[in-house]
Amino acid sequence: MAEINIRNVRKSYGRTQILHGVDLDFKSGEFVVILGPSGCGKSTLLRMIAGLEEISSGEISIDGTIVNNLEPRDRGCSMVFQNYALYPHMNVAANIGYALKVAGVPRAERDRRITETARIVGLEEMLDRKPAQLSGGQRQRVAMGRAIIREPKVFLFDEPLSNLDAKLRVQMRVEIRRLHKRLSATSVFVTHDQVEAMTLADKLIVMNKGHVEQVGTPLEIYHRPRTRFVGTFIGSPAMNFFDSTIAPSGNFVLLDGIQIAIDSALGRDNADSTVSVGIRPEHCRLVKAGTANSVPATVDFVEELGSGRNVHVDIDGTIFAVSGDEGQLFETGATVGLQLPSEHIHLFSRDTGLRLDDAPVLKHNTNQSTVAA
Amino acid sequence: MNKRAVFKSRWLPILFALPQLLLIFFFFYWPATSVLTWAFSLEPAFGGAGDRLFVGWDNFREVFADREYWQSVTLSLVFAFTATALSMFIAFVLAICVDRQLKGSGLFRFFYIWPYAIAAPAVGLAFRFIFAPESGLIAIVNTWSPDLWNPAKFGSHAMILVIICFAWKWIGYNFIFMTAGLQSIPRSLIEASSMDGSGPVRRAIDLQIPLLAPTLFFLLVLNLTESFVGPDTYGIVDLTTEGGPNGATNVMVYRIVSEAFQGLNYSGAASQSLILIGLIMVFTFIQFRFVERRVHYK
Repeated sequence: MAEINIRNVRKSYGRTQILHGVDLDFKSGEFVVILGPSGCGKSTLLRMIAGLEEISSGEISIDGTIVNNLEPRDRGCSMVFQNYALYPHMNVAANIGYALKVAGVPRAERDRRITETARIVGLEEMLDRKPAQLSGGQRQRVAMGRAIIREPKVFLFDEPLSNLDAKLRVQMRVEIRRLHKRLSATSVFVTHDQVEAMTLADKLIVMNKGHVEQVGTPLEIYHRPRTRFVGTFIGSPAMNFFDSTIAPSGNFVLLDGIQIAIDSALGRDNADSTVSVGIRPEHCRLVKAGTANSVPATVDFVEELGSGRNVHVDIDGTIFAVSGDEGQLFETGATVGLQLPSEHIHLFSRDTGLRLDDAPVLKHNTNQSTVAA
Repeated sequence: MNKRAVFKSRWLPILFALPQLLLIFFFFYWPATSVLTWAFSLEPAFGGAGDRLFVGWDNFREVFADREYWQSVTLSLVFAFTATALSMFIAFVLAICVDRQLKGSGLFRFFYIWPYAIAAPAVGLAFRFIFAPESGLIAIVNTWSPDLWNPAKFGSHAMILVIICFAWKWIGYNFIFMTAGLQSIPRSLIEASSMDGSGPVRRAIDLQIPLLAPTLFFLLVLNLTESFVGPDTYGIVDLTTEGGPNGATNVMVYRIVSEAFQGLNYSGAASQSLILIGLIMVFTFIQFRFVERRVHYK
C-alpha cells in the first residue's frame, strides 16, 4: 500500500515532448486506470513510475520517497507487461519465484510462497510447465503471479489484457479486480479500452497527446466529460457532436430550427457564441416524424446488437448515432424525428474544447488533481 | 510451377560447371588424396621421383611414438581452450555493455568489429612489435624487473602471447554474433528481470546466457575448431614465435606445416593431418552430442 504523487512530470525524447507536465495523486490502495489513445503517453508515464524510463523533469514519489533516481528494484513496484515478458527458459515455478531467488529468499520459504501464489492465480497444476506450453490466459496468470509474489506496494499493469481474446479478457478483468480487492495494493492500470477502464477504475484518468484531460470516477467522467476529447473517447458509439449558436436570448441551442432549453445562467454567459454541442447516442430519442420538439432525420443505417440496436440517422449531412430504442424498427431511408433531451446536452467551447459548465465539477473535485496547462 | 532451363547441348552445362569443378578438384580432392597416399607410404628421401613405398600404419606409429608430438597435442589443447574461453568471455562482456546502450556504445560497436577484418599474420606482426620484450610497448614491465616479460625466452610467455593475439582477433567476430543475439532478446524480458530485482551481472547469468545459448554454442564450436586447426592459428604462431621457444608454442597446425615444408617430411605431416582431422571430428561430435542437448532453441 502506497501513495503515489506525480509532480509536473515531463518526458521528451530529443526534441519531441511526450508528456507535457503531468500532475497526479494516487491514494493508497486505489485502483487507478489511465486511459487514452495510443501514443498519448500513458505507457510512458507508467514506465516512469516503474523506473524503466528516465524522468526528463518533475518528480515522482512513492510513499513519500522521491524515486526519480531509484533503480526499478528499489521502488517496490511490480509490473505486468503487455506481452507478459515471461522467461522462456524457466518453468512456471521459476518464473513466479525469480524475484525471490534474486532476493536470496531461502529455498523452503520460496517454495512455500510459490505454491501459495500459484494457488491464488490458479496455476497449481502447471508449475512444471514452460511458458511456451501455456495458453494466453495461463501466461497472463503467470505474469500476475510473478507480480504478486513480491508483495509490492504498487502494481503496474501495462495493457495486460490486450493480447487476450474477448472472452478471456472479460474473465481476466474480473480476476484482476478481485485480486485487487484481496491484496489492496495501489494499482495503476494502463489501457486504451474504455470498457476495461470503466469497469476496473476507482479513479479514471483520461490522457491525450501527453496531457491529462480529466481525472475522476468513471461515472463522473461519463456524465460530465471535461473536454470534447473525453466526450468522444468514452462511450460507444461515440458522443454525437454538432456546432451550433446559442440564441441571443441565451436560452437555447438551435438545431435546424428547433430550440433546446439549456441552463439559463450558462446560456446567458455564452449568448451569441458558437459552441460544440454533444449528446450521447443513448440519450437521443427517435420519435415519429413531425412530433413536437423533434428534428426531422433520415435513417441511414441500422446496426443490430442483439440486446439493442444503433440507428444512424442523417440530418442534413450530419450523422447522428442513436442507440437502444426499445423494440422500435426503422427501415433504412425512413424519415423519423430526433429528440435531444436538454438535460443530457453537453456544451463545449468550440475553440478550446473545454466544457462550458465545468466550474461546479472543478469545485467538486478540488482534492483530485486536474490538468496542467 | 518452377520453370526449368533445359540445356539442349550436353557440353554447355559441363562448361558452366567447369570452373567450380576445377577449383574443387585442385584445392580439395587432389590434396586430400595426396595426403591419404602420403600418410600410408614412405616418401623417397630425395623427392618424389622414385616409387613410393607403401608402409601401412608405420607413419602413424612413428608419430605416436614421438614424445614431441604429444607435447604438441597438449599445447594445442591448452591453446584452443584458453584462447576460445578468453575471446568468448571478453566478447560477451563487451556485447553486454553495448547492449545496455551505455554512452558511446554505437561507436564502440563499430570499433569492436574491426579486429576480425585484419588478417591473422598482420595481427601476429602487430602484436610481435607491441609485445617485443626489449622495444615494444610492453617493454616497460621489464624496467620494473628484468625478464618479467620475455616470450623469446619463456615458453609460457610465448603461449600467452599467441593466445592474446588469437583472442584479440576473434573477439570481434564473437562480438558481432553475441550483439546480434542479445538484441534479439525482447527488451521487456530484461525490463521484467530488472523489476524482479536483478542487476546486470545476475541478469547476464540468469537470462542472457541461457537465452543466448544457441549462439554461444555455435561460437564455441567455431572458436575451438578455428583455434585448433585454423589458418589464423598458423599465421599468428608463424609471425610471433615460430613455434618456439624450444617448441613451447609448436601447436599441431604449426608443427604439421613446418614438418612438411621445412622438414620435408611429407609422410609424417600427412599422417599428422589425418590425426588432426580425426580429432576435430571427435570434438565436434562431442560438442553436438553432449553440449547441444543443454542448449535451448526456442
